[in-house]
Amino acid sequence: MRKLEEKFFKCLMIGSTILILSMLLYILYIIIHKGLPSLSWEMISQIPSGGFYLGKGGGVLNAIMGSLYLIVGAVALSLMISIPVVMFLNFSLKKKTRFASFARVTFDVLFGIPSIVYGAFGFTVMIFFGLKASLLGGIITVAMLIVPVMIRSIDEVAILVPKELLEATKSLGATNYETIKVVVRQLLPGISTAVLLSVGRGIGDAATVLFTAGYTDSVPTSLSQPAATLPLAIFFQLSSPIEEVQNRAYASALILTIIILVLSFAARYFSRRLSKNKI
Amino acid sequence: MKAFPIMQEKNLWTLLTTSNWRPFKGIFGFASYILSTIYVTIIAIIIALPLSLLTGIYITEYASSRIRRFFNPVIDLLSGIPPVIYGVWGTLTIVPFISEKLAPHFVDYSTGLSVLAGGIVLAIMIIPLIISILMEVFSSIPKEMKEASLSLGATKWQTVKKVIIRKSIPGIIAATVLAISRAFGETIAVMMVCGNVTQVPHSVFDPCYPLPALIANNYGEMMSIPKYESALMLAAFLLFIIIVFFNVISRVILIQIDKRYHL
Repeated sequence: MRKLEEKFFKCLMIGSTILILSMLLYILYIIIHKGLPSLSWEMISQIPSGGFYLGKGGGVLNAIMGSLYLIVGAVALSLMISIPVVMFLNFSLKKKTRFASFARVTFDVLFGIPSIVYGAFGFTVMIFFGLKASLLGGIITVAMLIVPVMIRSIDEVAILVPKELLEATKSLGATNYETIKVVVRQLLPGISTAVLLSVGRGIGDAATVLFTAGYTDSVPTSLSQPAATLPLAIFFQLSSPIEEVQNRAYASALILTIIILVLSFAARYFSRRLSKNKI
Repeated sequence: MKAFPIMQEKNLWTLLTTSNWRPFKGIFGFASYILSTIYVTIIAIIIALPLSLLTGIYITEYASSRIRRFFNPVIDLLSGIPPVIYGVWGTLTIVPFISEKLAPHFVDYSTGLSVLAGGIVLAIMIIPLIISILMEVFSSIPKEMKEASLSLGATKWQTVKKVIIRKSIPGIIAATVLAISRAFGETIAVMMVCGNVTQVPHSVFDPCYPLPALIANNYGEMMSIPKYESALMLAAFLLFIIIVFFNVISRVILIQIDKRYHL
């Protein structure tokens, strides 16, 4: 009886593991299978021409470029916020204070807040300041979304940096700035994974940029113009009744998936490479 | 949230419990949206929790280190896939499957855009989250405890059942709560497969209209009617409160676990 139970549950466990694995493969398969036929060079290299949404020529370059601008801006902005925060939490504060752990819990909670709430919040603030949907608005909102991710994943590495390292550099007569350089080198693997993680989260998120970045058919040339993004492009094209446009949505989904896949493999690779400097 | 106070002039309780939604007449009842959200979330949890429990146990307790190392990127990838992709996948596979294969056995007609579809897609989205928390929880249980149980002649499964699961119940609850809050706030993917019809769903094959989708769909046009705006902001505020509440609970539990075993 005991053996039977053991066998039964083991089968169940293996079964569910395989099920989850096959889910991933199935999703990838469907996206590739549907997207590949309509994926073409034209798709990636052109902005939508007249009648694009009726099934005529053009591509989704506007969305690709928009997404890229948006994410580069957002990552730069959130790096500027999160590195000092992590530094402060780990090196300026006395060991484990109440405040530090409270701050960590806050970031965890912020991480859990859905993107639509960030989007609605960002939009309200923008209206308050009289801004229209623009690339800048999108960048700021996405930055808000990814700052918690970033802080948490840099923090995980920063906790491991030994206090002695700081003391050693200081005792060698290094200035504060030079000490920071030493520490940042230790943090590099953390920072690079954090960047890639948050790029992954930011680029795939539609709900935040829905109201804040807007949507256009052209590539934005300044911060105050609205910008198109890939997830929204997929969403809009999919809701069209015309089949060709829908096929393009699949192709755009494939492009987005490829970007995400490349990013997540890059994250693994870099975090392994950069941890060589580690003590 | 900023546009919230305007709403409190209207009676809050009736807003939450009635399901009459006529923005142009100034009538707002959130009940159908709230119920939709809850139904979808419940279905997602029912599907996701057993699957991820079994998988989590298998990976941490049974699997060889090679399988474990192979499975980590799989979970990362699953959690890295953006919601839109899940949505596309859902409309391509789950929705037709429900409308053609599953629904005819139970109801007369269903488009497939339904509570069930939303639940399934959500379940797949939250599985990686639950698994990765569970794996941490399981591996925080001291080895000695398992060994003690094994040396008393218990089989592996008995050890899992009596020691590991019992010891990690708080962790499992925390993971579930976290997953619920993630599911609550998920917008795009659910919006794409749920049908977005304002009604209280009567069966799992009925379309529904969760809160986040409501905000996303109507935000652009709400500017013209001031009450509409504050109603939507109330929706966003509700989401915010519920999720912050859930998150704080689960984080506190997780921190307690951490303290107990790492000191």
